[in-house]
Amino acid sequence: MIVELGHYALILAFVIATLQAILPMVGAQRRDQVLMALAGPAATSQFFLIAISFGALTYAFVTSDFSLRLVVNNSHTLKPMLYKVAGVWGNHEGSLLLWVLALSFYGALAHWFGGQLPARLKARVLAVQGAIGSAFLAFMLWTSNPFLRLASPPMNGHDLNPLLQDPGLAFHPPFLYLGYVGLSMAFAFAVAALIEGRVDAAWGRWVRPWTLTAWLFLTIGITMGSLWAYYELGWGGFWFWDPVENASFMPWLIATALLHSAIVVEKRESLKAWTILLAILAFGFSLVGTFIVRSGVITSVHAFASDPTRGVFVLAILAVFVGGALTLFALRAGALEAKGVFAMVSRETGLVVNNLLLTVSCFVVFIGTIWPLVAEILWNRALSVGAPFFNAAFMPFAIGLAIVLPIGAVLPWKRADLGRALKPFAGALALTVAAALLAYAVTGGVSTLGPLGVALAVWLVAGVAMDLWQRCGRGTLAQRLGRLARLPRADWGRAMAHAGFGVAIFGIVSVTTWAVEDIRVVNVGESYDLGPYSVQLVDLSDQTGPNYTAQVAELRVTKDGAEVAVMHPAKRTYPIAGMATNEAAIRPGIFGDIYLVVGDAQDGGGYAVRSYLKPFALWLWLGGLMMALGGTLSLSDRRFRVAAGARRSSNIAVAAE
Amino acid sequence: MKRLAAVLALALLATPALAVRPDEMLPDPGLEARARALSQGLRCLVCRNESIDDSDADLAHDLRVLLRSRLTAGDSDEQAVAYIVARYGEFVLLNPTTQGANLILWGAGPAALLAGAWLALSVTRRRARAPEAAALSPDDQAKVKALMENTRV
Repeated sequence: MIVELGHYALILAFVIATLQAILPMVGAQRRDQVLMALAGPAATSQFFLIAISFGALTYAFVTSDFSLRLVVNNSHTLKPMLYKVAGVWGNHEGSLLLWVLALSFYGALAHWFGGQLPARLKARVLAVQGAIGSAFLAFMLWTSNPFLRLASPPMNGHDLNPLLQDPGLAFHPPFLYLGYVGLSMAFAFAVAALIEGRVDAAWGRWVRPWTLTAWLFLTIGITMGSLWAYYELGWGGFWFWDPVENASFMPWLIATALLHSAIVVEKRESLKAWTILLAILAFGFSLVGTFIVRSGVITSVHAFASDPTRGVFVLAILAVFVGGALTLFALRAGALEAKGVFAMVSRETGLVVNNLLLTVSCFVVFIGTIWPLVAEILWNRALSVGAPFFNAAFMPFAIGLAIVLPIGAVLPWKRADLGRALKPFAGALALTVAAALLAYAVTGGVSTLGPLGVALAVWLVAGVAMDLWQRCGRGTLAQRLGRLARLPRADWGRAMAHAGFGVAIFGIVSVTTWAVEDIRVVNVGESYDLGPYSVQLVDLSDQTGPNYTAQVAELRVTKDGAEVAVMHPAKRTYPIAGMATNEAAIRPGIFGDIYLVVGDAQDGGGYAVRSYLKPFALWLWLGGLMMALGGTLSLSDRRFRVAAGARRSSNIAVAAE
Repeated sequence: MKRLAAVLALALLATPALAVRPDEMLPDPGLEARARALSQGLRCLVCRNESIDDSDADLAHDLRVLLRSRLTAGDSDEQAVAYIVARYGEFVLLNPTTQGANLILWGAGPAALLAGAWLALSVTRRRARAPEAAALSPDDQAKVKALMENTRV
């Protein structure tokens, strides 16, 4: 019964989304207040209906309702509760339901917090949101319905893939989806603005918080995904340039560019057409990502499903929305008149360079991702494009960005004197060179990449510190600190995010260039050296979990005779799913992680043991979190709140009259 | 994350062993280091998108052993890789060659950067030369002032 209710709610949501797509749009065209006013309630009810539907599916998973095909294929009564809930989106149909839930949530938010938007703009934004929702709900109902029943339910389910039975599943997809789908708001604003033929500073100010929200969720999602890979996969890799990872990385790159170009629209009323184009592309790449993941067209081990009807459907959605928006752009972009004038050297041009590097790097990732497909279709040539290509092709852009970022961030708007802007960087530059030399000397010149990465990281962080120091003016230390504390939150957000980029670079470079690896056969009781540590395989024992059995090893790590840690890597066997997983034992530390994995018993006795030292691995995720925190700080800036406040007070004034 | 699902595909066949196994490693550390470096650029054919250095698959194990046997036989890096490419095709190379149409792949980034830079430069030039928007007339300024004071109430 509850399941049918959820199914019914999903169908109703589809009908409402379709109405939401058509009526307010017509209303905005005819200036019909009633039709336009329909958009808000429609968005709210669409959200609640999908929430009901999502609740019903969750209920089916929690109560192990094996009359549902989806539950049979992805659950089991013995599965821990966390994974029964998270298992709702650990499959194709359920993850789509989460996708549309996030989409309708943004639509509803736009209604709830969009009171200060002009009525026509708001109606059009919500109509575009409705259209996207309608398309994806149709996709679900016709090709990926989660509520399909089985005529003869089995006694128990097939269990969820053990690799997904991890807390990472509970958090990684929801954050990623909130990011992907959040970009639909920027898209909707762009399309609405194109229909109106009007983009101004106010538009920039409305679109920025949405982009910032989507970007920060995407940042958290990607960071968590890479952390999950790091601890789950058993050797500490964190990024593989897999098509599915690229699918989340491409929208992130474009969203980062959009975030910056929208500032120029907001502050200087320039780069309007470009910003609109980025907003379309950002969501376009989200859809491309959905296409890659959902269709399995670029054969990636990640793909949950590889059913061609689904792929064609998503491709059609992609063609209609991105194609339609780009056509609209081609017709209307000319009408977007730029106002702000800027010189060759200015904050504006700094942001243009930022945008250039980010978009071209996204293009490089895109072409590398689809190249195997292109080569196969055009030349019937089976080839691979893997990490070596992406590292070589992408790195120059990351390096370029890191070099120009601190300088671009301090240039004044409109017109700048490069010499004067560069002067205060002398200290930061000296620090950078010193750090690079130190890194080179300490590591004995194993690689040039390492010291370069350290230099870039120091350059970024020192640049941020220098900028903050400059902004607090002259005077005593107390006065300066006082001014520092009163800086707008957006400035703090910027400083935090830019420093986070530096910290992440440091983590990535350290962990890839200076990691220590050791692979050997170890007998119980035997010790071996790992860097400055001595590791002893103490014991192995069998344990039983809720839906798995495990062989748990105990290893004692000592340094100069003193115990550092006792670690328990395990190997789990999931009998229902018929799979085994390696659970690495990690001792995280601010200076580096100790990472141990124990494998199979060897023929000649003993066990295969892989041990790693991962220097400064933690900094990688710390950097990602700093970027997300920077986004949050920026989002809480006063200028995004005053608009809402002004509206409230004007309402009161009207009421008083 | 990719490995997650890679193992997913393989796990149906076997329980995961560790990628590089102790018994297949070469006693000569120099040769072993070369083998490791090379195997990071060779793709495991059954798991896709994963190098034989990272993969747990049996085929990856076979390829690692094959590569090591070529190196111990005295092949240079290029010879060893060519030997494997001759048997398994271009598909095993994670780092695409620069031959034929692949030039487009490698050239796309630099070309796009140049094109983008040229476009950005020409637009910026135009913006730099464009006349400044006229300042507000005294009348308009008075209006703005009046409006600002009204909203403050």
